[in-house]
Amino acid sequence: MPIGVFRSARRLIGTHAFRLAALYFLVFAASVLGVLLFVYLTSADFVERQTEATLDAEITGLAEQYAQRGLSGLIQIVAARSAGDRGDAMIYLVTDPDGKPFAGNIAAWPPGVPLHSAWLSFTLERVVNGRPELHPARGRLFIIPGGYRLLVGRDVSDGAAFRGQVRATLLWAGLVALGIGVIGGTVMSRNLLRRVEQVNRTSERVMAGNLSDRVPLRGTSDEFDQLALNLNRMLDQIERLMTAMREVTDDVAHDLRTPLSRLRTRLERALVPPSEAGAAAGSAQNEAIRAAIEEADRLLATFNALLRIAELESGARRDNTEPLDLAEVARSAGELYEPVAEEKGFTLNVLAEPGVRIRGDRHLLSQALANLLDNAVKYAGGGELELRVFTESGQAVLEVADRGPGIPEADRQNVLDRFVRLEPSRTTPGNGLGLSLVRAIVQRHDGSVTLDDNTPGLRVRLKFARLPT
Amino acid sequence: MKILVVEDDHDTATYLTKGLSESGYIVDCAGDGREGLFLASSGGYDAMVLDRMLPGMDGLSMLGALRAAEIRIPALILSALGSVDDRVKGLRAGGDDYLVKPFAFSELLARLEALLRRGAGPATATKLRVADLELDLLTRSVRRAGKAIEVLPREFRLLEYLMRNAGHVVTRTMLLEHVWDYHFDPQTNVIDVHISRLRQKIDKSFDHALLHTVRGAGYCLRAPE
Repeated sequence: MPIGVFRSARRLIGTHAFRLAALYFLVFAASVLGVLLFVYLTSADFVERQTEATLDAEITGLAEQYAQRGLSGLIQIVAARSAGDRGDAMIYLVTDPDGKPFAGNIAAWPPGVPLHSAWLSFTLERVVNGRPELHPARGRLFIIPGGYRLLVGRDVSDGAAFRGQVRATLLWAGLVALGIGVIGGTVMSRNLLRRVEQVNRTSERVMAGNLSDRVPLRGTSDEFDQLALNLNRMLDQIERLMTAMREVTDDVAHDLRTPLSRLRTRLERALVPPSEAGAAAGSAQNEAIRAAIEEADRLLATFNALLRIAELESGARRDNTEPLDLAEVARSAGELYEPVAEEKGFTLNVLAEPGVRIRGDRHLLSQALANLLDNAVKYAGGGELELRVFTESGQAVLEVADRGPGIPEADRQNVLDRFVRLEPSRTTPGNGLGLSLVRAIVQRHDGSVTLDDNTPGLRVRLKFARLPT
Repeated sequence: MKILVVEDDHDTATYLTKGLSESGYIVDCAGDGREGLFLASSGGYDAMVLDRMLPGMDGLSMLGALRAAEIRIPALILSALGSVDDRVKGLRAGGDDYLVKPFAFSELLARLEALLRRGAGPATATKLRVADLELDLLTRSVRRAGKAIEVLPREFRLLEYLMRNAGHVVTRTMLLEHVWDYHFDPQTNVIDVHISRLRQKIDKSFDHALLHTVRGAGYCLRAPE
């Protein structure tokens, strides 16, 4: 289960939709956080500056009073201002040089406060609703000549509360904004990628042979519509070309095969019928005509094979696939070839794992297999010939392995091409199209062909997507 | 037996007409689909050979029209289009057999005769017999001159097909199609070896051979004369 989750997470991360959404979210989140941080800092700063300005003004005012009315005047004013709760959270205290309070609204010099610095931060114990609370405070000190000291301060717990409020508000605003960012990113990337996906799906259908499929347009004439329009034009052109090619192929089949067919027919007519001639039927002339007919047949077989490959590769065929058991295909072909293999000195073994099912065209797969067995019987010379069906890393594999001379590594890809034959002298009959046809058939099934060393010999593997059992 | 040939290529038509006449059939020839349809629906034919690509009305449309009118003359379709797809399309349109051009006349004749026999023979027989060779379809056993012969399942089907067409030529392609359901020709002569194995079993220790090779055409299982 955790592996599954991990895997699907990796698949998710791999998608462009996810990356796009993540990027969108990151940019969005960064800018939202930036704005909120700025708001928070400036508002906190503003409260602090206001406190400091108030304290400055108060100190300046009291200093002026002192200058005009002396210490006693100052004490009077301080006493007056300290009387009663004015609700502005101001703190006043005048002490003598020993720190003994003269006047003010706090009982004693706050503990831990130095006696000499200009700006002070301290904590103050206050009784609110009958309970003592510790309140943060800011203050300024004014040294009166003669060692007296004046402390003007302000309880800043309100400011701190305000800051807390701002912080909480901004936090919530931020969370909401990030939530919107996630949704926005997902929606945006979905929208974008849905259109990419449309293009993808269309091209898949086209590749599967449905040439008339087109990318849907939205009529918004944006970049995607432009892309779709261009792709559709390209598909139009491809379809035109493919149709033309198919027509040419059919025409060639009809126009060239018909005269060839006639040639063959005339040769056949030229043969002296055995009923008429007895001895003449076996004459040298008859033999020459027979050889010519065989030659014409070979030419026609090559021609047919070429047309079939072209047809398979053009993707024009209708879908004749059905779920089928590879073991049955292998056994049937194995049975057909077993006598001829035995006659040529092979031991043909069919080792088929049951239940290996793929979606395929039985006729085509049988032909591919027959071509591989033909090749093995023709070139491998004898020995073990194995026909195997098994599953390898989730794929269905159909394998033909012989003990013959094999194919040098450098040539293994080439032999799949048309007319490539490894015998320079070309003495063995064959047209060099067998493996090309195998490849065309396998590609038609979205499978792959690999040629390997069977140490010694050749091992050909056809791999297909396996159907779940 | 009357055969209708619908073929636009003059040479092929002449060749078919001549060959079929020599083989003892009465042949009528039509050069396009419309004429073919007219002749075929006027009746009296035992089978027809039909080209797929015809001017005017193509072979498959013509066949479709015939079948729609419930005219069931056995039809052998001739075509230059040889893929399994084309074959399936041809057979779905109502064709009874399909032969790809170019063809050997012997192949065409063998197939046409198989079509003509199809309606005639007792399809429900449980035993097939050629001379002293006997094949029991129920017990899936083979005996010759009263002696049991062991055959493999595929050899049984091969022999069954040969016996059902006893006295007539059966081509390699026909065997591949009917016994193996393979619609392509392997390059190696796989069928020949199957036949020689079968021959070992049914002919070797007996005086008269039943299974004959017809050169350039195929095989024929027949009773000694």
